[in-house]
Amino acid sequence: MQKILNWIDDRFPLTALWKSQVSEYYAPKNFNFWYFFGSLALVVLVMQFLTGIFLTMSYKPDAAKAFESVEYIMRDVAGGWFIRYAHSTGASAFFIVVYLHMFRALLYGSYRRPRELLWIVGCFIYLALMAEAFFGYLLPWGQMSYWGAQVIVNLFSTVPIIGDDLGTWIRGDYTISDVTLNRFFAFHVIAVPLVLLILVAVHLMALHEVGSNNPDGVEIKDTMDPVTGHPVDGIPFHPYYTVKDLVGVVVFLIFFSIVLFFWPAGGGYFIEADNFIPANPLQTPEHIAPVWYFTPYYAMLRAVPSFLNSQFWGVLVLGAAVVILFFLPWLDRGKVKSIRYRGSLYKGWLAAFVISFLILGYLGVVPVTVWGQFGEKIPVLGTADKATVLVRVLTVIYFLFFLLMPWYTARDKTKAVPQRVTG
Amino acid sequence: MKPMRALLGSIVLAAVLNVSAAESGLRLEQAPARRLDVESLQRGARNFVNYCLNCHSAQYMRYNRLTDFAIGEQEIRDNLMFATDKFGSTMTVAMPKADAVAWFGAAPPDLSVEARIRGKDWLYSYLVGFYWDEKTVTGWNNLVFNNVSMPHVLWKLSGVQRLVETEYEDEGKAEAAVVAAKGLALAERINDHKYIVKTLTQEASGTMRPVEYEAFVADLVNYLDYIGEPVRNERIKIGIGVLIYLGILLGFAYLLKRAYWKDIH
Repeated sequence: MQKILNWIDDRFPLTALWKSQVSEYYAPKNFNFWYFFGSLALVVLVMQFLTGIFLTMSYKPDAAKAFESVEYIMRDVAGGWFIRYAHSTGASAFFIVVYLHMFRALLYGSYRRPRELLWIVGCFIYLALMAEAFFGYLLPWGQMSYWGAQVIVNLFSTVPIIGDDLGTWIRGDYTISDVTLNRFFAFHVIAVPLVLLILVAVHLMALHEVGSNNPDGVEIKDTMDPVTGHPVDGIPFHPYYTVKDLVGVVVFLIFFSIVLFFWPAGGGYFIEADNFIPANPLQTPEHIAPVWYFTPYYAMLRAVPSFLNSQFWGVLVLGAAVVILFFLPWLDRGKVKSIRYRGSLYKGWLAAFVISFLILGYLGVVPVTVWGQFGEKIPVLGTADKATVLVRVLTVIYFLFFLLMPWYTARDKTKAVPQRVTG
Repeated sequence: MKPMRALLGSIVLAAVLNVSAAESGLRLEQAPARRLDVESLQRGARNFVNYCLNCHSAQYMRYNRLTDFAIGEQEIRDNLMFATDKFGSTMTVAMPKADAVAWFGAAPPDLSVEARIRGKDWLYSYLVGFYWDEKTVTGWNNLVFNNVSMPHVLWKLSGVQRLVETEYEDEGKAEAAVVAAKGLALAERINDHKYIVKTLTQEASGTMRPVEYEAFVADLVNYLDYIGEPVRNERIKIGIGVLIYLGILLGFAYLLKRAYWKDIH
C-alpha cells in the first residue's frame, strides 16, 4: 500500500494535497451548529450530480416527450421515483442549506477581511445555483415549468431597446418551445454544473488559503503554538471535523428522508400541483408562482410599479437585490466580526432583514390579492393591494439593511473581542 | 396593524388549510383516507374501468400494475381489460381528441395525475357535486366546477340533486352557514350586503342510496389517488426502514464523534 502511495506521490502530490487540504488543515475548534451547512452544501451538490446523472438516462429533452418521460421515470424506471424525488427535494434542500450557510456568514462576519474573495466566489455560486434551478425547472415541462420560464425570460425582454431581441435570443424562438427546452437542458446538465463545480473548488481553495472564520470572529492564526507552528485554537479538519460533520450529514439525511419519503411534494412548495398539468402554451394559469426559493425576489419584482411605460424597474430592483450581496465586505464597517460582540444596531437590522426576507418569500408565493385592498375609507392607499404595499415596505427594509450598513455598523456599540476563541 | 395581523393569520392558515379552497369560499367534502385498503382500490379500479375509461384515459397507468391490489393477471384480463389484450399496455381510450372536443367542447383530461393536480378531496367533492341545471347545454352543472362540460355520467347511480341557494346579509353568517352545512357548500359574495350560500339537496333517488353512492365515489377517488402515484405505499414503507437505519447510524456517528473529540477542550 505504502509502495503504491509512494509511486503516486512521485508523480502527483496526493499525500501533500490530502495533508494541506484535509488532515493538516487547521480549523477553529469552536465551530457551532451554523458551521454544518458548508459541508452539507457539498453533500447536496454531490447528491444532485448523482441523481441528475441517473435522471438523464431516462429523461427526454423533447417538448413532445418530456412530461411523459418524467412520469415514466416515476412509474416504470426501477427506483426512478426515488431518484426523481431525491433530485427535486434536493433542489429545495440545496437552497435551504445555502441560505443557512449565507446567514451564518452574516452572523459571524465571515465575509469580512481577509475573506472578501471567499464571499464573492460564494455569491457567484449562489448565482450559478439560481441559474441551475431555473434551467432545471423547465425540464419536467409542466404548466409551472413553462410559464415560470416564460415569466423569467420576459424579464430580459423588458430591457429597453434590445429587450425583445434579447428574449428571442435566449429562447431561440418567439415563445418557450422545444428549442428552448433543448438549450435549457444543455445548460442544466453540463454548462452550469461545470461552472458550479469550478466555483466550488475555488471557494474551497480560497477558504483553505485564508482559513475558516469562527463564531467569535477571532483569527486563530494570530495565536500560533511556537512548538508545533499550528494555531493554538485550531484542530485538524480530519479527523475532528470529518467525524463531526458526519453527524451533521446523518441528521440532515434524516430530515431529507422525511421529506423525500413522506412529503415529497412539500405541500406544493417543492413540487407544485399545477406542474402535473403538461405545458400548454395556449393556456396561461391563473396564478403563476415560482418555486419557493425565488419568491422573495419575485415578490419584489411584482410590487415595483411600471414607470415611463416600462416594467424594467422591477427587473432592476430584482437584479440589485442579488448584486448588492457582492458588496457586503465593503459595506460593513464594524469594528468586530461576530454578532457575539456586535451592538444592538446590527442585531436589530439583521433581524429586520431576515424577517423581511421570509415575509417576502411568503408573499411571493401567494397572489397579490391575498389580503384584498385597503378599501375606499383609507385615502391614497384605497385601491392598492395590501400585500403589494407591505412588499414595498419590506423591499425598502431589505435594501436599507445593506445601504445603511456603513453607517450603523460604524456607530454600533461593540463589545471587546477576546484574544482567543471562547469555545 | 391590520396587514400585520392579516399576515400572521395567513401564514398560520396557509399551513393548516387547503388555501385554494379557503380563498374561493368553497368547502370541500373530505375523501376518506384508504390508501392501504386493497378492496377499496379493487372496487375503485372496477368503477374507473366501467364508468370513466370510455372517455378519460390514464395513459401513464399500466394494466399490469393493477397487480399491486393483490389481484392476479387472469382476473385483471377477465374483469378489467376491455380495450386491449396486452397486459403491459397503458389505459388509453379509443376516442380521438378532435371528436372529443367536438362532442364535449373540451377533451376529457387524462386522469393519470389528476389527483396530484386537484387533490382527492376536490375529486370526491366534484363527483358528489353534480346537480340538475336547465340552463346548461348538458343539463348538468357542478358546485365545485361551475359550468363544467362533463355531463353527470353517474346520474343513474346517484339520482338527481338540485341546487339550494340561501341568502345572507353579512359574510360572517354566510361563513357560518357553510360550516353548518357539514358537507359540500359554496359561499359567493354578491355585494357587501348580499352573500349566497349554495348547497345541494337530493331530488330524485338513483339505483344507489346516497351512502352507497358516496362509498362508490370514495373507492373511485381512492383509485385515482393511487394512479397519481402508484409507488406511494412502497415509498412510505421504504421510508420507515430508511429512518430506522439512519437513526441507528446517527447513534454510531455520534459515538464516533464523541470518542474523537474527548481530548478537545
